[in-house]
Amino acid sequence: MKVININLSYNSDFVTRVEEESGQKLNHCYQCGKCTAGCPYTDEYDISVSQIMRLTQTGQKDKVLQSKSLWLCASCESCTARCPNKIDVARIMDVLRHMARREGHAGVRTVKTFWDSFLNSVESNGRLFEVGLLANYISHTGRFWTDAGLGHKVLPKGKIHFRPSEMQGKKEVTKIFMRFKEESAKCGAKKLPPEISSVSERKPHNEYIPELRLLSRVFKHRNLP
Amino acid sequence: MNTSLNYAYYPGCSSTGTSLEYDMSSRAVCGALDITLTDVPDWSCCGSTPAHTVDHTLSSALSARNLDQVASMGLDSCITPCPSCLANLKTAKHRMEEVGFRDKVNNLLDKPANTQVGAKSVLQILVEDYGVANIKKKVVKPLTGLAVGAYYGCILNRPAELMQFDNREHPMAMDNIMEALGATVVPFPLKVECCGASFGIPRKDLVMRLSGKLLDTAKSIGAMALVTACPLCQMNLDMRQTQINNANSSSHKIPIFYFTQLMGLALGLTEKELGMDKLCVSPRSVLDALTSVENPKEKAA
Repeated sequence: MKVININLSYNSDFVTRVEEESGQKLNHCYQCGKCTAGCPYTDEYDISVSQIMRLTQTGQKDKVLQSKSLWLCASCESCTARCPNKIDVARIMDVLRHMARREGHAGVRTVKTFWDSFLNSVESNGRLFEVGLLANYISHTGRFWTDAGLGHKVLPKGKIHFRPSEMQGKKEVTKIFMRFKEESAKCGAKKLPPEISSVSERKPHNEYIPELRLLSRVFKHRNLP
Repeated sequence: MNTSLNYAYYPGCSSTGTSLEYDMSSRAVCGALDITLTDVPDWSCCGSTPAHTVDHTLSSALSARNLDQVASMGLDSCITPCPSCLANLKTAKHRMEEVGFRDKVNNLLDKPANTQVGAKSVLQILVEDYGVANIKKKVVKPLTGLAVGAYYGCILNRPAELMQFDNREHPMAMDNIMEALGATVVPFPLKVECCGASFGIPRKDLVMRLSGKLLDTAKSIGAMALVTACPLCQMNLDMRQTQINNANSSSHKIPIFYFTQLMGLALGLTEKELGMDKLCVSPRSVLDALTSVENPKEKAA
């Protein structure tokens, strides 16, 4: 077992920031372990949620922010629902993810890429464009066959669209994202998450035509943008 | 019902795509119960899970734009079929009660956020405003002989202080509706366990394991079908059921309905109106079994 000398690596600023950003008192956790007992993802975590709580209490910033667990939390709220001390543990996990992003960490790259692709789609279209999300995700991960097998099941149902739905106020949504990037830059985030790091990295859906073409070929669909 | 029920309706992104049948059946059921829905004009995405994993002000600003659209209708609340949209809309309103947070959200918006607009789920208004007893009165085709389990998923009722509806560990709203429709409700022990959520694309193995457990359990308790109230739960269990079978060497063919689809059937709506043909796992055997139970009754009448 690895022994950590918490006196050497205690980061008091980290503890204060987590408490401020989450609105939770970390010392309310008395390590009963109920959050871990109910966590559906605990088998996949490198550090269990109750251990994340303990490491956060003791200011072990790097260990916490580099963990895979932060990216495998689905925000199912089991931990929050079951904490006997009414700590909103899921909110702390969220806040730790925010901090990890700002520090340039992404314990599970594919999860982060998926979330980023989702938000890129919303930023460009105002609403989620599912095929655009998939094309974006594939272009960043190369995982082309990820759900190709579903095409023949889903396409005949008329659920999949190869163009984003039109909404008038999409510029208002784009502006929310732009202002968020400006505010984040002002706050001095060390490294901004890719989806907000530069506008040029974000492509409108029609620039994904090669990926969309490829997708539509697998899905045997001819209605291309 | 003496008083007419009118709501602003926020469909959410999945309603235009992967959960088309949830939207269709929610609208059809409300229509059949004389509940008037008016779409929130030019609604945008709430940001769902990805937005709140990036930043809480970003997430709330995306919701706030929609709450403001509701306010522009002269209303102070809206309803949505999707639990993820619901959680984001409610969280935004709740957090914006704190002035410091609201100021940060306002920095991202064209105009200051409206802080009065609330949100409820379609399920909540059907149970609380319309009432299960009144639903029962409207049943024309009871779901006799259908053994069904109700699966709620994680966030419809949690966190309890925020969602303010039903029970966080043992919700009963859909169980009670199904019972009122004449179905045989099989208590589903994993009703609030996670299905794998949005990890279907980046970590499919997680969905295969978690949703697989739900399907195995449904089979073991003798449920012919499950009902859900969440587009993501339904998609994982229905669209991915073949993938789950392949990954786990199982052979499930369990239809996964939106609760509104089964409500619609019992209220006498057609399969087409309820989008039954949109389901990936064919509900044919279950629907045919229902019809064959109904027929002798009709003949007797």
